[in-house]
Amino acid sequence: MTETQSTAIAVTGLTKSFGNLYALRNLSFSLNKGEFLTIFGPNGAGKTTLIRILSTLTKASSGEIRIADFSFENDSEKIRRQIGVIAHQTFLYENLTAEENLRFYGRLYDVENLPKKIETLLSEVDLQLRKKDFVRTFSRGMQQRLAIARAMLHEPSILLLDEPYTGLDQHASEMLTNWLKRLRSAEQTILMVTHDLEQGMELADRIAVLVKGKLVLNQAQQEIDPKKFRQTYYDLVEKDKR
Amino acid sequence: MIAKVGVLLWKDILSELRTKELIFSMLVFSLMVAVIFNFSFPPGSEFIKDASPGILWMTFIFAGLLGMNRSFVYEVDTGCLQGLMLAPMDRSVIYISKLLVNFIFIGTVELIVTPLFAIFFDFSIIDSLGPFLLMLFLSTLGFSVIGTLFSAIAVNTKTREVMLPILHFPVVIPIIICAVQATSAIFQGREWSEIWNWLKILIAFDIIFLILAILMFEYVIEE
Repeated sequence: MTETQSTAIAVTGLTKSFGNLYALRNLSFSLNKGEFLTIFGPNGAGKTTLIRILSTLTKASSGEIRIADFSFENDSEKIRRQIGVIAHQTFLYENLTAEENLRFYGRLYDVENLPKKIETLLSEVDLQLRKKDFVRTFSRGMQQRLAIARAMLHEPSILLLDEPYTGLDQHASEMLTNWLKRLRSAEQTILMVTHDLEQGMELADRIAVLVKGKLVLNQAQQEIDPKKFRQTYYDLVEKDKR
Repeated sequence: MIAKVGVLLWKDILSELRTKELIFSMLVFSLMVAVIFNFSFPPGSEFIKDASPGILWMTFIFAGLLGMNRSFVYEVDTGCLQGLMLAPMDRSVIYISKLLVNFIFIGTVELIVTPLFAIFFDFSIIDSLGPFLLMLFLSTLGFSVIGTLFSAIAVNTKTREVMLPILHFPVVIPIIICAVQATSAIFQGREWSEIWNWLKILIAFDIIFLILAILMFEYVIEE
């Protein structure tokens, strides 16, 4: 496989500023197909800005990004077809039922064989029996499970996860972790940003740390001692504060 | 593109049919204005006949603002706008669907309220129903074209409830003038050519602002 064929996300010199405030500074990294990269960072490190840029919601100030070999300049619609986004906000409509929400998003993505796909996904996220219920009657955990189904509906080749564990109870967290493990075994490319060290470490092939918009660590998970990582992370964050 | 607009339209109309929040509040507001103005002037006075086109349009505009103010609020507050922006489609689809939703909701209220106004203010549009409906269509379209764009701008400001009227009114003044003048000409049974002169301005306004709004929308919803 050539380098281009195996690269799912390639980011070179990415900078994002809001006036004089720099959210991301000259960020460069790449993610191979089938890899799971977790980016840790404290609040305000630029994690959500990075996800927003990669998902085409926000334009970068400078730098080059390629996703699934599509350029951000000309192929943003093709890129959106390749990505699925799970964030702490679920993007679900409370006045629609679970099934109607999936049908709505499925039609926006031109998903083929939609009714069958909806049935399968609802079973997978264990919401088959609640498919006719309004989303407003769902708990936070159930909404997040439905959000996973929404994100997977169009079979994206790349998943972008922005603090997906926020507000989830123990059961919902375990369900999300199991789901992500399954996707990882199926060689799904995943980029997750979080400040939850345990969840992020458990799942990732590669670990990166983002502090004040700069990538201060980017290593394979095997090269990192999980017992020492918490201290390493705090040292990196504190070092940048000084 | 048309299919995607249809999908978004289906979602908004279904939500409204379930909550009835927008149309109900617009209708109640319009009826209150009709009743208040009806009791404010002596019955059968000449002044009320002259003022009725202005009162009618003032009611439509304020009722419409109530509805348009909410266009993007739910979408932004719940993050659903991001969900729509992530979909593989031109972002003007979001604008066109919201424009159609506003147009349908405001148009529905207008069609319900106009006969009630006709009873309260003693005017008849039966003889000139065609020109009146055409004028209503063009004015409501222009009003919604600008209102939908500005509601997308206003929703991201802290004072969004106040911001929409402040942004909207200065730009829609030509529409209000044309609508009131055309309505007045229709109520007074004037020549079609006189009505048509006002309608031509409305058509030009609608086309120009529709194109501008579609081109600008993507920049408006991005930061």
